[in-house]
Amino acid sequence: MSSFLKFVKKETLHILRDNRTMLIALLMPVVQILLFGFAISTEVNNVNVAVVAPKWDEQIRQSVNRLSANPYFTYIGHITENDIDQYLRSGKVDAIVVFAHDFDKLITQWKQNGNGKAAMQFIMDASNTNTAQAGAGYLNNILADELMQSNNLVETHMLFNPQMKSAFNFVPGIMGMIFILICAMLTSVAIVREKETGTMDVLLVSPVRPLTIILAKMTPYFILSCINLTTILLLARFVLGIPMSGNLGSIIVVSLVYLALSLSLGLLISTIAKQQIVALLISAAVMIMPIVMLSGMLFPVENMPAVLKPVSAIVPARWYIDAMRKLLIQGASFGLILKDFLILVGMTIALLAIALKKFNDKLE
Amino acid sequence: MDNSALAIEVKDISKSYDKVKALDHVSLNVQRGEIFGLIGPDGAGKTTLFKILVTLLNADEGSALVDGLDIAKDYRAIRSRVGYMPGKFSLYPDLTIEENMEFFATLFGVTVEQNYDLVAPIYKQIEPFKKRRAGRLSGGMKQKLALSCALIHKPSVLFLDEPTTGVDAVSRSEFWDMLHNLREQGLSILVSTPYMDEASRCDRIALCNTGHILDIDSPQHMVEKFDGNLYGIKARDMYGLLKALRNDDYIANCYTAGEYHHLLAKSGFDPDRLKQDLVAHSHSNVEIKSIIPDIEDVFIKLLSNEQH
Repeated sequence: MSSFLKFVKKETLHILRDNRTMLIALLMPVVQILLFGFAISTEVNNVNVAVVAPKWDEQIRQSVNRLSANPYFTYIGHITENDIDQYLRSGKVDAIVVFAHDFDKLITQWKQNGNGKAAMQFIMDASNTNTAQAGAGYLNNILADELMQSNNLVETHMLFNPQMKSAFNFVPGIMGMIFILICAMLTSVAIVREKETGTMDVLLVSPVRPLTIILAKMTPYFILSCINLTTILLLARFVLGIPMSGNLGSIIVVSLVYLALSLSLGLLISTIAKQQIVALLISAAVMIMPIVMLSGMLFPVENMPAVLKPVSAIVPARWYIDAMRKLLIQGASFGLILKDFLILVGMTIALLAIALKKFNDKLE
Repeated sequence: MDNSALAIEVKDISKSYDKVKALDHVSLNVQRGEIFGLIGPDGAGKTTLFKILVTLLNADEGSALVDGLDIAKDYRAIRSRVGYMPGKFSLYPDLTIEENMEFFATLFGVTVEQNYDLVAPIYKQIEPFKKRRAGRLSGGMKQKLALSCALIHKPSVLFLDEPTTGVDAVSRSEFWDMLHNLREQGLSILVSTPYMDEASRCDRIALCNTGHILDIDSPQHMVEKFDGNLYGIKARDMYGLLKALRNDDYIANCYTAGEYHHLLAKSGFDPDRLKQDLVAHSHSNVEIKSIIPDIEDVFIKLLSNEQH
């Protein structure tokens, strides 16, 4: 066994004997994927809806049946006009559909002339803008469009994610975060631990180049991340049903570059921090927050204030997440993510160069 | 191996941290096959000097040769020739004794079997526990493991920074026996300790304080050239005694030193006169005897000489 492999073996032992870290590193991706995939979602579901209908005729009955049969809505029942305010305020309902008292007449008029007076009204609880907006859209689809089949002015197609599943959106984001966490945070902490315990002194006073030791230190974390990459991709494909229409080779190549980038970032942090807790804080403050806030994982980059856009451009996760979205969901070809890929490669080279320059084989 | 007679040659080394001067023009030589002790309290600059000599820190001024190699120019070569045991327990607590040994052997490109003879006398004592993790060892066992790890590549110069700190008295004594064994095999050893009583186990010592060296000599010589009369004195009220002694014009210095206070006499000092004086001032059970100075007395005298 070459000495490099023996160093790798030693690092692997460190990881294997630290059960908690191991557990976190291997379970975190699974838990996050499942959480974001099933529990936490921005999809609008279970919208409680009530109906106000002064006259209960066949036309309205059909509309209400369609409404209650729809999985996105929970039909609460019909209420009187006077109760509208109270029901919305108390939060019993999120939306109320008010039918005009001459609903059937108005509809017939619409069908004949293609125009007319408003036949129904949606009153939404917009304290949650997301629910209100999406709910109104759904109601429009179910009730209004169905009645006016004949003259649809606009036809909308939801490409790549026709069911608007939020998991599709989150999986690339989670990948962008997990790899940074494991490669950068855990490696930097592992390197700084040697400084803190004083073993780094002994390592430095040896003929082995410290860089060899650092590389050996990174190897098991790299392997760990490759395992996570496999887990995430398998879960995404078979549990969340993400199409993964892009080229698998491209997905892997871009991910490996991102892993290398994260490792370089970890090395850089380890050259700055002298204590494990400092390394952790830097990782959390400098990496996690920007990734969550600025990478486009949660909030679209396009919506950011002008000041933050350039900041988001230096968050590596932004480019990785962008590339993964295109590859996993849109099935884009490698040519379309070339820009993201080149930016990631460039960042990796820059970070590695800075880290190596800062990495000193003396204590000062 | 270089043929020069000196294992370590330190010339006029200075080192500051911000405004604190950790080392102030320190020079010393360590002969080949000698145990050289760096003796002084915390803050004397011992650890800084060690870190400079094992090439972890750069000196601000001055130069040094280790095993005939320059610490600034040939630091890579030095790193493969020295054994370094830092003051802090610097092994991997989550690895077993065996795994630690193997790792440090690999680090220096050797195997445990290759240099087993050198470490055997020490390693054999902990080998029965080789499957135990280093973090769960007692202080003495940790120290033996650390020494074994520092020796596994057969270094020509051994640097031991406070190896006996935090170790019980029996293990400490055993440890010094081990160092003497290693010296027999031709190793040169630079060892630091805050314990004055360990000085006598060294061939030569440097007494140091706040970054500079007070004196360098063999411990016997240092004691022999102690100039002045030293007495031990005790009474029932030791604290009152100390206060009374400090007001006596014929006493140059006095300090607590265990069972007896030590006092350094000025010329014209008469122990019988002192005893009568003390008894007259209602001190009981007064006992005065002439004593042979030890390294601690030497150190205190050198310190007070310097202050005056």
